[in-house]
Amino acid sequence: MSTFYLGLALILLLTISIGLVRVLRGPTATDRMLAAQLFGTTAVAILLLLGQATDSPAIRDVALIIALLTAIAAMTFVRRIDIDKATETQGQNSHD
Amino acid sequence: MTELLTLLLLLASLPFFLAGTLGLLRFPDLYCRLHAVTKADNLGLGLVVMALLFQADSWRQIVHLLLTWLLVLVAGATVAHLIARKARDDGHQYWRR
Amino acid sequence: MIHPGPIFDLILMTTLITLAWLLLAGKDLFRAVVLFISFGLLTALAWVRLGAPDVALAEAAIGAGITGALLLVGLGKLGSAERCRRTVRPATALQRLTPAVLIAVIIPSVAVILLLELRQLKTISFGQQKLVLSLLDISGTDHPVTAVLLNFRAWDTLLEKGVLLLALTGIWSLDQAHPLFHQEPLSPVLKGLSQLYLPILIIVSGALLWQGSYAPGGAFQAGALLSAGILLAALGGRSLPSYWPGLPLRLLASCGLLVFLLVTALTLLTNELPLNYPQELAAVLILLIEIFATVAIAVILAAAVAGGHPAERHKHHSPSPEKKP
Repeated sequence: MSTFYLGLALILLLTISIGLVRVLRGPTATDRMLAAQLFGTTAVAILLLLGQATDSPAIRDVALIIALLTAIAAMTFVRRIDIDKATETQGQNSHD
Repeated sequence: MTELLTLLLLLASLPFFLAGTLGLLRFPDLYCRLHAVTKADNLGLGLVVMALLFQADSWRQIVHLLLTWLLVLVAGATVAHLIARKARDDGHQYWRR
Repeated sequence: MIHPGPIFDLILMTTLITLAWLLLAGKDLFRAVVLFISFGLLTALAWVRLGAPDVALAEAAIGAGITGALLLVGLGKLGSAERCRRTVRPATALQRLTPAVLIAVIIPSVAVILLLELRQLKTISFGQQKLVLSLLDISGTDHPVTAVLLNFRAWDTLLEKGVLLLALTGIWSLDQAHPLFHQEPLSPVLKGLSQLYLPILIIVSGALLWQGSYAPGGAFQAGALLSAGILLAALGGRSLPSYWPGLPLRLLASCGLLVFLLVTALTLLTNELPLNYPQELAAVLILLIEIFATVAIAVILAAAVAGGHPAERHKHHSPSPEKKP
């Protein structure tokens, strides 16, 4: 059974590696941030599976923390002050 | 019996994760990619959590798993809304066919 | 039957190295920041695979959460001119040759050394595990990592608290804290989420602090979570009352180090050896140190994200709603 968990975790890790292409390519900064959100969710799934495979409650705690904290980076991104926008007049190009 | 259920649910979650990543890579627009990332992956995670619930040893573990999933759901939904709102305010172009 | 474990580790390693290369060598700094957040997430996975859940907890709390926010805030303060690195072409022949020569020399020699040392991998060494486990009863906790960090090697942890405080002093000496976020009207969704998350973060942080005595956890992880909570409160539009910058803030930031020094002084006076806890008080002292360390770490990390020293209090103007001290 634990082999199955590990195998599934392996496939999920591959989806993270493939999703990195979006971070590299994504034309705007928002696209890149989006991919980070995906990685957070997938990492939670991987950790839950690993925690079940090794029967370790500590790993499930790590999953809980990641679930709590990926939102924070995204929220900071949404509310950050961008010097370019602060000095540009309204209606200019979005210089993300 | 529970092992079979766990196996089936885990196998069922796999296409959702793959769909999420595929959507992230192939959808034409930021707003479409948001759909893929938040909906598909959260559902995949929900199926994984359900599968692991059957293997849980104690009530504490069940509550732990459900809390993790709930938090990911709430975070995903909120972040999707906030990102889309900011993108719209910044003037991000919508994709038209 | 193919074992997925080693394949998992191999893919993880390759992805980590590729990520590190991409984020260091790329031109766009924002892309580098997002790659760094992903790097933190994958490193937490790596720590889990290496069998170190304590470090994985700390890495998840700091790498996935705080560092991402810190770098994003810092990046927002740079202008777009600095956000894309200018590539500087190497000019002279020596400059062009040096990287190639270094790589051609270093990589083969490291590879040869590693291959020669592969023979040693056959014997598994447990390090100090047996010694620590044998002394666990008198250490005051049930968790070997906490016993090592806060009892056997408490000296290192004491110095760590000092280093954190020094780092904060360095940040404060560079600049004054500016408002971190836009002054625009807040989305009610954001306010609601921060109201929902903050109690959960405080409770989970307390749970991590408490379970550090018998399971992976402890002061550092709890402090990092709590600082994420403080950051979340600031994101949700709360601000501290205007009398907080000043003595209360400085007291909170240094209380971890101060309490630790107090315990050191007391043990020095009573036992003639610093940090030699009396047996019956060991658990209590460890808990005391950890509680204050959690608060101090939370305040220091949150103040680091704020990015500068608090404004002077004699400027009696009403603070803007989003100003962080």
